[in-house]
Amino acid sequence: MSAVVDEHDHDHHADDHHDHGPAKGLLRWIITTNHKDIGTLYLLFALTMFFVGGSMAMVIRAELFEPGLQFVDPAFFNSMTTMHALVMVFGAVMPAFVGLANWQIPLMIGATDMALPRMNNMSFWMLVAGVLLLASTLFMEGGAPNGGWTLYPPLVLQPITVGKALPFAIFSVHLLGISSIMGAINIIATIFNMRAPAMKLMDMPLFVWTWLITAFLLIAVMPVFAGAVTMLLTDKFFHTSFFNAAGGGDPVLYEHIFWFFGHPEVYIMILPTFGVASTIIPVFARKPLFGYASMVWATASIAFLSFIVWAHHMFTVGMPIAGELYFMYATMIIAVPTGVKVFNWTATMWKGAMTFETPMLFSISFVVLFTLGGFTGLMMSIAPSDFQYHDTYFIVAHFHYTLVPASIFILMAAGYFWLPKWTGHMYNEKIGQLHFWLSVISVNILFFPQHFLGLAGMPRRIPDYAVQFADWNMISSIGGFIFGASQLLFLYIVIDTIRGGTGEKVSDEVWEDAAKHGLEWTLPSPTPYHTWTTPPTIVPTEHVLDSH
Amino acid sequence: MSTNSTYYIPHKATWPVIGTVGLMTMLAGFANYLNGSSIGQPLMIVGLSIFIAMLVGWFTLQAKESESGMYNHEVGISYRHGMMWFIFSEIVFFAVFFGTLWYTRNLSVPWLGEGATKELLWPAFDAVWPTNGPGKVGGEFEPMGAWGLPFINTLLLLTSGVTCTWAHHGLLAKNRDQLIKGLLATVALGFLFVCFQAIEYHEAYSEMGLTLGSGVYGSTFFMLTGFHGFHVCVGAIILSVVLFRSTKGHFSPENHFAFEAAAWYWHFVDVVWLGLFIFVYLM
Repeated sequence: MSAVVDEHDHDHHADDHHDHGPAKGLLRWIITTNHKDIGTLYLLFALTMFFVGGSMAMVIRAELFEPGLQFVDPAFFNSMTTMHALVMVFGAVMPAFVGLANWQIPLMIGATDMALPRMNNMSFWMLVAGVLLLASTLFMEGGAPNGGWTLYPPLVLQPITVGKALPFAIFSVHLLGISSIMGAINIIATIFNMRAPAMKLMDMPLFVWTWLITAFLLIAVMPVFAGAVTMLLTDKFFHTSFFNAAGGGDPVLYEHIFWFFGHPEVYIMILPTFGVASTIIPVFARKPLFGYASMVWATASIAFLSFIVWAHHMFTVGMPIAGELYFMYATMIIAVPTGVKVFNWTATMWKGAMTFETPMLFSISFVVLFTLGGFTGLMMSIAPSDFQYHDTYFIVAHFHYTLVPASIFILMAAGYFWLPKWTGHMYNEKIGQLHFWLSVISVNILFFPQHFLGLAGMPRRIPDYAVQFADWNMISSIGGFIFGASQLLFLYIVIDTIRGGTGEKVSDEVWEDAAKHGLEWTLPSPTPYHTWTTPPTIVPTEHVLDSH
Repeated sequence: MSTNSTYYIPHKATWPVIGTVGLMTMLAGFANYLNGSSIGQPLMIVGLSIFIAMLVGWFTLQAKESESGMYNHEVGISYRHGMMWFIFSEIVFFAVFFGTLWYTRNLSVPWLGEGATKELLWPAFDAVWPTNGPGKVGGEFEPMGAWGLPFINTLLLLTSGVTCTWAHHGLLAKNRDQLIKGLLATVALGFLFVCFQAIEYHEAYSEMGLTLGSGVYGSTFFMLTGFHGFHVCVGAIILSVVLFRSTKGHFSPENHFAFEAAAWYWHFVDVVWLGLFIFVYLM
């Protein structure tokens, strides 16, 4: 099989095999169907949203620096916590991983592009449209949504909580859902249909596997969220009673539907994280990934379990005792496949000839700090204990450990790892390591004290607090400011690397012996605009390495 | 060299961004309309027009490319993956509302009529389905029976599934006459279904006191049947396009993805209706 890349929509030459570059000008980026262009758009958009969402976090930490109201009014504070979550989840972390998928999946499986290139373009612009609708609420009468990112009724249906923002937020969710579903379908079609003929499913790099499974999670749960917010819309504007007990409905139903989406959603953010970590660690340990097959099965198990544990987010809502027990034990089981992964990463590093470049530093700290976040998750899975932790800063600390030093750190690692491949330029290792050490220290100053605050009883989502929480809040805020400022280093490195970096010419492999670990390292650096117009015949994979 | 050995990658695409602008304008307009702003309706109309223009333009382009032989077997497989998983996501969307119906009937309504809730809040509430809740939201209403129009509609949709398959057999046997007649019958049955559904809704609103606001019964009834009816409309429009293309001589036994996709969608709509007939009307 060979691929034809058409120069014009109508003017089509079947034997047009020559490699032409991108179109000129700004229009290129709007109408592009190239997986690398679209990947770049996703990644730059996500980076922008990371700083937008980060600025909101800075407002939150500034307000909480001392007890009492300092800078913003409470409703705006609540808008900030709500919008910070929505922007980070739907604007930063998810799009960043879709960007990596766009860049890497075709390179890793020997495909010339994504299977459905026009839809690929549309899924990016639907994302932008969704985020624009959401961001527009910041400038509306009554402000942005401030009932929490979960949008629980009846709170979120009350005029005081939503102002004019609710329908915009709901339609934004619809657009983001359409975007995610289109992206997921494209990834599934690409992985099933565009692989180099030599690559069997169990030869695929783990990043590709984790994204395949994540794509199924996306198409299975984004419509669920869309359905839930549609019922919010009709309850608010069209007199339905889905979540209204007087009409025979139940607000708790919303919580069930939301978390049926919400729990798989958190794995949508963590499974590709696992995939990237499983790609980076073997390269710098100079060993094949330990337990490839068990990694695939662990990923699939985690994905399956994510559908049957949702109510552990609502232990305190008043469920029957049988429900509490079932969701408690089911949740604990997740620790098993997750433990398999952590042990596999550790075993990959065991007796490896390790070096500690920036991507590896971020990856190792991911393994350690994600495990810590996992342990607090295990604490909260115990239903009676969760009655103490529920809606306190303990849960805030927990999920930030699983998202910031896990998903975000791995996204940074992916940037350091692949930017030299994509751009052909080396980043500045000294500044990279400075960025790492500042981040890893400040992120712990930022989030570790929040465990203490939560255990001592400080509730989440409040602009003011009792004085006994003052010290740890101030420390947490200081950590937050250092962490926020440190990320400007990453922004600098990304721009600097794109513009030439250290000036050092990187090799095709970039990292020592990387070509043993994946197809993308056999391509030239920088990666040409069109790659794999004829598919590779030999596929080096972790799996193959493992069996030799 | 034949184009059949190559996977077609378009170099640029203008319709996706146009469609996105249309959809976003329409939804921004709808949100403004719900907030009582006068700019809402014009925005919705503009957005919808752009969106329809996108659909026409994009599908025309696809049809042209397909007929000129630019899509090889692998491209066809990608499209089939796309349609299959799109329908899967639609099934999940309907599952939310079926799940809501199940939860309401089997859990939340019984909870409202027992224990402390009954004793302290609503001692007079009798928790039997159908209900508009202890607050009698929306006033007195009569539930929709199964054996009138809904049953006729069930027969219509099942028959349309048969005619659709008959058309497919015609296409595979290169019998264009059978293809066109089969599609014509399918589209006609589809639109007839929508007409009967409209009559049923009219009766519900004007004679039975049954509205979207009739408590949780009205909510689930109209949400489920309404979203289904919308999907029937969409499916019938898709089939109409396939019919139009069939009269233009499009499709061959080897290359007819659009027909297959439309047929899959139609069968999906059909199966959802069977679920509705059992769980909404019969039980």
